[in-house]
Amino acid sequence: MAATVPLQQTPEPDAQLQAEFERERHATWKRFKRHKLAIAGSAVLICIVLVAIFAPFLSPWNPNFIDQAHWNGYPLAPGTYGHFLGSDENGRDLFARLMFGARISLTVGIFAVLIEVVVGTFLGALAGYYGKWVDYVIMRATDVFLSIPLLPLLLVLTAIVAASSNKAALSFGVIVIIIGGLGWMPVTRLVRASYLSLREKEFAEAARAIGGSDGRIMFRHLLPNAVAPIIVQATLDVANVIILESALSFLGFGIQPPTASWGNMLANAEYNMAIAPWAAIFPGLAILVTVLSINYMGDGLRDALDPNMR
Amino acid sequence: MSENLIEVSHLKKYFPIHAGLFSRHVGDVKAVEDVSFTIRKGETLGLVGESGSGKTTTGRLLLRLIEATAGEVKFEGNDVLKMSRTELRRLRKEMQIIFQDPYASLNPRMTVGDIIGEPLAIHKLASGKELERRVQELLRLVGLQPYHANRYPHEFSGGQRQRVGVARALAVDPKFIVADEPVSALDVSIQAQVVNLLQDLQQQLGLTYLFIAHDLSVVRHISTRVAVMYLGNIVEIADRDELYDRPLHPYTQALLSAIPIPDPDLEARRKRIILTGDIPSPVNPPSGCRFHTRCPIAFDRCRVEVPQLKDYGNGHFAACHWVEEHGGQQPVIDQATPAATP
Repeated sequence: MAATVPLQQTPEPDAQLQAEFERERHATWKRFKRHKLAIAGSAVLICIVLVAIFAPFLSPWNPNFIDQAHWNGYPLAPGTYGHFLGSDENGRDLFARLMFGARISLTVGIFAVLIEVVVGTFLGALAGYYGKWVDYVIMRATDVFLSIPLLPLLLVLTAIVAASSNKAALSFGVIVIIIGGLGWMPVTRLVRASYLSLREKEFAEAARAIGGSDGRIMFRHLLPNAVAPIIVQATLDVANVIILESALSFLGFGIQPPTASWGNMLANAEYNMAIAPWAAIFPGLAILVTVLSINYMGDGLRDALDPNMR
Repeated sequence: MSENLIEVSHLKKYFPIHAGLFSRHVGDVKAVEDVSFTIRKGETLGLVGESGSGKTTTGRLLLRLIEATAGEVKFEGNDVLKMSRTELRRLRKEMQIIFQDPYASLNPRMTVGDIIGEPLAIHKLASGKELERRVQELLRLVGLQPYHANRYPHEFSGGQRQRVGVARALAVDPKFIVADEPVSALDVSIQAQVVNLLQDLQQQLGLTYLFIAHDLSVVRHISTRVAVMYLGNIVEIADRDELYDRPLHPYTQALLSAIPIPDPDLEARRKRIILTGDIPSPVNPPSGCRFHTRCPIAFDRCRVEVPQLKDYGNGHFAACHWVEEHGGQQPVIDQATPAATP
């Protein structure tokens, strides 16, 4: 018989063990910190969010104030008459409108994507984990939703909701729910695909062997292993949703003027593109920077959540 | 060594095969066909057989990780296969499994502490500080360090990972553990460590094992009794020494003759029974004795009649017509000296 392995290892001082134990914690945050672009992205995003939250205190102008003293029917150029980024076609301060627009665009983007991800992940997990008829029903529903062109459907839906609520414009919450409720399909497909392979893994069987319920296996064991593609999809979708909201606004169904959103600012600037490009460039830049920051942050998050990257 | 902890009778598992446009049922993979055996309290039953003989399936069936087609598995007198969901949950505290592949059986996204602590949380055996303390205790028990609790599985070697698997199985303080080839994925130098760990734990905690393996030397080392499977059937079951010294079934003889001897001179003269052909398809198994297509001493009766396990004294059971007709005599099979290896 070979040498027996000692069951009780030589005891080390407990204080040292405890220190080691503490040191091993918070490894996820450490890995995230190593990702420079992710840190930069998060920092920019936090700044944008802060500006959005404190817009009323930071803004040099009222976003709906028309500077009639200087406005001559054309957008004011950047740097003139105390308008840091100039004004829009109605003589309203562009910088102030950008700050207030951030509130609308960010909340639409974040909440709509949140709805997408929650709905999509839940349905995808059910379909992938249970398979058989559950999978069949959910995937056919996904196909149906994907086959409908999004924009016309959005227009019809908004029109119906607007008509039934007897209002010309939709409330902000309804827009978020409609956009989110129509965007879950890609997430569902992604999650289902991951679950199909994950549920066959031996650690899923091990979870069943120790008495784990289906819910626990689905969301505690399998979900963390499927999170990378979800995060990437979600960050990309934030961009899509911000742009979708601008399209809606452009067609007159989204956020209604005079309330500013980056989308309707961009849309309204189109008319004066040739003489006042800044009115389009700055909202466009705002969208670009936000979307990029979110993407980088998503990248870093994905890597940080993957313990194999340590 | 007295009462039976596990009694398996006429256990069957068919995996249906579906094909074609409408997923018609075109046949079955007969993975386990009418298997019966018992495991006594405190013993280790070794289960051996080549790939595809149904060993692993049998282990999974006992734990009801897969549903049996027919048969009965009694654990302390209660039929596992008829249990409700709640009863089954309670059973998970009594029966555990150690998996073959220590790389696949640990969730890569969970820390070792979470993995080991989870059974405690599920069965509400401990929580908070108490759970943390239990996890550290379990880690010590399997020869790891308490601070390993915050690490992820990929930071460990194969042997260490398998220790984590053992700790997870032990967390609920089970009576019975199915060890599904627990060492075959490990480096040979590590195998002995894990096998000895399992043995020590058995003594300390009074565990009962079903030890599934294809390495006959390891099985000989750890088992009290040994069962040999071929194509979904148990062909021979006996006390360890009895089986290794006086194998009755020709398949067992062939298996044992394949064990290499760690001495080049003896090894060169070692006689081997070389079976011809491959293990037949379990979709369409041979009639009669399933081994007759490869058996060197098969005769007419073997092709038509399915042999039953019969007692040949000392709890030595074998399922072979030849042995039966020769009154329990050990068959002598022409043995070939293997061609000189380069």
